Amino acid sequence: MSDSNLSYRKFVLGFAAFVVVAIYILRLFSLQLLSDDYRARADSNALMRRIQFPARGAITDRKGKLLVYNQPAYDIMVIMQEQVGVDTADLCRSLGITPEWYQRRMTEIKNTKGYSPYTQQVFMNQLSMEEFSSFQEKLFHFRGFYAQKRSIRQYSFPYAAHLLGDVGEVNQADIDADEYYRSGDYIGKQGVERSYERQLRGVKGSEILLRDVHGRIKGRYQDGRYDQKPVPGKNLTLSIDLELQKLGERLMQGKLGSIVAIEPSTGEILCMVSSPTFDPRTMVGRQRGKKHKELSRDPMKPLLNRAIMGTFPPGSTFKTSQALTFLQEGIIQPKTLFPCYRGFHYGRLTVKCHSHGSPLPLVPAIATSCNSYFCWGLYHMLNNRSNYHTTQEAMTTWKNYMVSMGFGYRLGVDLPSEARGMIPNADYYDDHYKKSWNALTVIHISIGQAEVTLTPLQIANLGATIANRGWFITPHVVKEVQDDTIASIYHQKRFTKVSRVHYETVVEGMARAVTSGTCRGAATSQYVVCGKTGTAQNRGFDHSAFMGFAPRDNPKIAIAVYVENGGYGAHFGVPIGALMMEQYINGHLSEASQHKAEVFANRRIDYGSYAR
Amino acid sequence: MQDKPKSIFASIDWFTIIVYVLLLAMGWMSICGACYEYGQPRDLLSLASFDTRTGMQLVWIGSSVVLGAIILLLDDRIFDTFAYLIYGGLLLLLFVTPFLAHDIKGSLSWIKIGPFSFQSAEFAKFATALALAKFMSSYGFRLQGSWKNLAICVALMMLPMVLIVLQKETGSALVYFSLFLMLYREGMPGSILFTGIAAVAYVVVGLRFADERVLGGATSLGAIAVMLMIVVFVIGMIIVYCRPAALLGETAAESRAARMVYRRSLLETIFASLGSMLALIGIAYFVFSSEHFSSYVFDITPVLFAVCLMLILRLVWLGFSNHLYRYVYIGLFALGSLATFFSANVLVDHLAPHQQKRIQVLLGLRDDPNGVGYNVIQAKIAIGSGGLEGKGFLNGTQTKLKYVPEQETDFIFCTVGEEQGFIGSAAVLVLFLLLLWRLIVVAERQPYAFGRVYGYCAFSIFFFHLLINVGMVLGLMPVIGIPLPFFSYGGSSLWGFTLLLFIFLRIDAGRSRFQR
Repeated sequence: MSDSNLSYRKFVLGFAAFVVVAIYILRLFSLQLLSDDYRARADSNALMRRIQFPARGAITDRKGKLLVYNQPAYDIMVIMQEQVGVDTADLCRSLGITPEWYQRRMTEIKNTKGYSPYTQQVFMNQLSMEEFSSFQEKLFHFRGFYAQKRSIRQYSFPYAAHLLGDVGEVNQADIDADEYYRSGDYIGKQGVERSYERQLRGVKGSEILLRDVHGRIKGRYQDGRYDQKPVPGKNLTLSIDLELQKLGERLMQGKLGSIVAIEPSTGEILCMVSSPTFDPRTMVGRQRGKKHKELSRDPMKPLLNRAIMGTFPPGSTFKTSQALTFLQEGIIQPKTLFPCYRGFHYGRLTVKCHSHGSPLPLVPAIATSCNSYFCWGLYHMLNNRSNYHTTQEAMTTWKNYMVSMGFGYRLGVDLPSEARGMIPNADYYDDHYKKSWNALTVIHISIGQAEVTLTPLQIANLGATIANRGWFITPHVVKEVQDDTIASIYHQKRFTKVSRVHYETVVEGMARAVTSGTCRGAATSQYVVCGKTGTAQNRGFDHSAFMGFAPRDNPKIAIAVYVENGGYGAHFGVPIGALMMEQYINGHLSEASQHKAEVFANRRIDYGSYAR
Repeated sequence: MQDKPKSIFASIDWFTIIVYVLLLAMGWMSICGACYEYGQPRDLLSLASFDTRTGMQLVWIGSSVVLGAIILLLDDRIFDTFAYLIYGGLLLLLFVTPFLAHDIKGSLSWIKIGPFSFQSAEFAKFATALALAKFMSSYGFRLQGSWKNLAICVALMMLPMVLIVLQKETGSALVYFSLFLMLYREGMPGSILFTGIAAVAYVVVGLRFADERVLGGATSLGAIAVMLMIVVFVIGMIIVYCRPAALLGETAAESRAARMVYRRSLLETIFASLGSMLALIGIAYFVFSSEHFSSYVFDITPVLFAVCLMLILRLVWLGFSNHLYRYVYIGLFALGSLATFFSANVLVDHLAPHQQKRIQVLLGLRDDPNGVGYNVIQAKIAIGSGGLEGKGFLNGTQTKLKYVPEQETDFIFCTVGEEQGFIGSAAVLVLFLLLLWRLIVVAERQPYAFGRVYGYCAFSIFFFHLLINVGMVLGLMPVIGIPLPFFSYGGSSLWGFTLLLFIFLRIDAGRSRFQR
């Protein structure tokens, strides 16, 4: 060819090819190296993270009786993006729901915070095996709907509802507080379920699955290299004795109040009754919400765990703590006599008492629960200017004794929402009475009235402290956590400011109260019982209280019984306490006691219908 | 010629063979990645098993190699001798194909013989190349200055193209346009190639941005872009074709006149046309974006159009009055450009909306997440997720889980991108560039036009496939379904490309006869 002038065109063509390839390589560079977006989108295309829920730990009583366990249940999940074109009529029929409910639920899901149409959302939760089985057969029809195996809590017995607590779906606050939780997860809401949530819940696992373009699962990502197995929750052994708990709840039927029993040597709570109560078996699954609402509207407040959340005037049970304080501070000797002329009289002030010998020393004063004796004691303490410069200083000393016995602050029981009760201090009265107050102004606190309030747990703990002659271990309901230890505070002895020798005096007084004083109803020939009644005045009819322990030496059980508006301590507190101690120490009730228990179980107190 | 020429092994272009083998190897790896079913065993033996697509592809690759070897063993002169016969035979085959074919997704291009199906269109490429080479190497053939010869060449290209369009394989038919590159090398005026490319650019840019409104929302971005493109092209053409050096004036006076007209026309086009257009757009931008004038916003396309027309009239008048007809041609080019743009717009406007959409989607001009657009989005995700080093052989999730449609055929490059990453996919592109470069080198060393024309045909065809296929996968080109040579699954295209390449290598191996 002659057209050599055309040969430059080979460069044009070669250059064109070079330019195209260069542009494409630049494009590859920008797609593959400049942005992570495509990788993320690829992962959201192909990878599906499926959460595997661990089994929640089981709960047994101190003797190994299974109280709480799991039963399989199913959550129906939906991926909005995928569920287009599902036969909703058929779906509603298989799930036993109405089309209106379906529509409402779908709208709800879309309005949830953090909603995504590409991830699984809870459509219905906690279907039982029976409810689920009919749906399961048709599940493959309903594109975008999935079943997620979960478990629901089951309770073996209708007892200890407050103590065990329950499990419910997490709320936004839970999610914000702990990033472990995702919407739709379950969390302990009350009781042990809540306070031991971390131990019970275990650790969620996850598996990363590969999903093809049609949403079919094709296998595990990288053969499961990144999968994590769920770690099951730990089992709990409670210190509760189920038989004792059962008897306590039976005895408290028809009454408002509480029973708390503690093993003094360990601080383990043997029973914790709060009445009225409810059946924990009704608080599971999808009925929980409805049932919870119903109970929360009840004027008798069955949801309230009175044993730790209720604060009451301790009444005469408190006198033991006063005796200990006065003895330790040297205000009185055991043989110190105080007069009682059917009460404490000072000027126009009168604190009434019942009739007994006068003047009298400490032990009989405890045994007969003499108001006057303890009023005089406090009077002498607060006015003792050789020990204390001011009334305020005396008051502060007094308060410190009370606090050392576990009053005025939360004891630290391993249950949520414990109340602290009330122990007034000098500042409180300075505030309250504009600094013009004296021993007489506050004299009622010496007999467990006025500002002083305690929780039934604190009263029981007072019993345990006296039983131990001067120390206690923070009361707790969990005895053991599987493969783990309980918190060290539940092993440590906490000593009060009072010496052992003074405790022996008070123990003598409490033993006499049983043999010849106010607690005669608690006497038994089998072991020596120490007790103290309480009759707490309040706006209504008196509260009936009992605090005691048995046997006198090597005590096995310390107990507080508090029956609201039950009248004299001897009416309800003493007999109920006696039955409880008998049950625990002997492991059963004698025939006579069984008869007595039946009587008390059926005795009801009329509280009227007023809101409390 | 009777004495023994050098051994075929000595004269063959081993460089091309090596690139070919590398491409085949990477192609097979990609097919493995694309066809691998999740949970299938990963050892070589099961990948090569004949009941899988990977095994079948291995059969096609093996038979291609054998086919290549056979071609190398043939006498190179038979291609020259039988060129028209082969071309005629394949035209016949193309013609009967729609009558014998089974309808596969609307395409009538597959002929079934026993258990195998093949696509006749894949074999028409080398046959057309042979026919063109034969015709253009005939005695006394000149392309420059002979419109008749050019017309015959185009006719040789268009015949198989029309037959393939009848098979409803528009993508495969478009490939024949690439042969204009070869014609350009052989002497076709560059302005024709340029005009063709410009026309495609007008239509694609114009339609792509037709609905994007700017300047207060009244003017179409597409129209502005096309008007500016026309003016810029005109300026470029004046510089290339009308510079005084290109115009060899007969007399000094004529030369002087040409120089004067060149200078004046360039000044006028740059300042009067391009300047006024840019100024207009600038003013409109500021005025229309001000709230005071929001009620005066109007479409400035007619104004730009008027500027263009004035430019054209000026060029035509300049050309006639000075007897410099190249200016007239450039003016006609600009007029034709305007006509192309507006007729494409009018044509699309008069179609029913669903047809309009179909055209735009076909051209890749509109997002269609559920249709063609879906492929492109998923292709980009698959490639983009590959990163620098890729996810590794058989480890791509997007391709394995079938997120990319047609991933073993037209979208095979996704697998390369996802599993081999930037390094692997850039390497593949470089391999193709090496192949194209080598084709030019080998074509240029041919002693006769036959070999050179054939070589450029091969170059043009490979270039077009690379340009369109990879461009489509990368979202830079319209979605036109044509295979990526040596990568896409299927025996027909692999055999077709092997024939195309190895016939050229055989022709090249015979060149030594003429070099004594």
